Amino acid sequence: MSLAPAAAADLIRQTFGIEPRVEDRLVTVPLAREQWPDFGRFARETLGCLYLNFLSAIDWKAEGIEVICRVENLATGVAVMMRTKLGAGELRCPTLVDVWAGANWMEREAFDMFGLTFDGHPDLRRLLLGDNWELGPPLRKDFVDSGHVPYR
Amino acid sequence: MEVKPPVPQVPAPVWTEFKDLQEWEKYHQERSDGDKTSNTLAAIADSIHHMPGGWIVTTSTEKIFNWARKSSIWPVTFGLACCAIEMMATFASRFDVERFGMVPWASPRHSDLMIVSGTVTIKMAPMLKRIYEQMPDPKWVVSMGSCANSGGPFRHGYHVVKGVDRVVPVDVYVPGCPPTPDSLMYGLLKLQEQVAEFQTTGKRATATTTA
Repeated sequence: MSLAPAAAADLIRQTFGIEPRVEDRLVTVPLAREQWPDFGRFARETLGCLYLNFLSAIDWKAEGIEVICRVENLATGVAVMMRTKLGAGELRCPTLVDVWAGANWMEREAFDMFGLTFDGHPDLRRLLLGDNWELGPPLRKDFVDSGHVPYR
Repeated sequence: MEVKPPVPQVPAPVWTEFKDLQEWEKYHQERSDGDKTSNTLAAIADSIHHMPGGWIVTTSTEKIFNWARKSSIWPVTFGLACCAIEMMATFASRFDVERFGMVPWASPRHSDLMIVSGTVTIKMAPMLKRIYEQMPDPKWVVSMGSCANSGGPFRHGYHVVKGVDRVVPVDVYVPGCPPTPDSLMYGLLKLQEQVAEFQTTGKRATATTTA
């Protein structure tokens, strides 16, 4: 399948009724939380984005947390940036592990760093922080460096 | 002449009896003939010291012991970050720290010195402390580089221990990011000066900095 970014944007507009933003070969798609796994499957099967580049999150303070995920079709060069705002105080997001297996550790990292819960994740536990971490998710904007003194 | 085999006083522990290394260490520290610091030698040295003219004997033997200690400081190879590259350069032939009797040794159990070369994270700190505790007394610590001294450029990171002196006691701080092998060697020579002042009582030397 060889899809140009513009054609991919058209396909997204027809299927999901979303207006994506196209910059060069990057197609940015703002999604609702319910569309997240459906769009992931669409991006993999219809747009041919087999490669998951990364999955992470952004803390927009009062607006809540936004989950972002960039996937790529390495054959055509089309890259799709999936973004979804969870809403203020909302920490649950559907998982993408059943679409891209590589999302497993990325979601575990987001769980570690932002305290997000991914519904349907097979093995959601800490990835980077120590097991006795007690200071809360460190990449949230309300995290303060408490000068925590371990040992002594 | 009949040679009798030595009779073991304590049955040798079987490794499978212990769940982990920590339990094994605890067993060895608590057993009756285990690793305990004996006060007998210190008492003998003290009584000799108080005999008439005895202090000449004790002070001169102290000097000999301290000379021996400072002339063969074995650092445990404990590289944490980019400072470790400079530390390796210091150990290697160009700067050749073996001139001062320092042999980088790959076991904490035979070492006298730990060079903390790099950023200590909160996750790494328990392991660092454990390696320090596995070293036999007397032992010294050199904190190498800004990260080990104070946290350095990563001081405000959420995962960084803000100075290794919060985990283990430090004798010499070497500044730099990373310190050159020359700086580290200067720090090691400063440590040798401190070790020369080390007392048999096990007390640390008071600050004798001249620079």
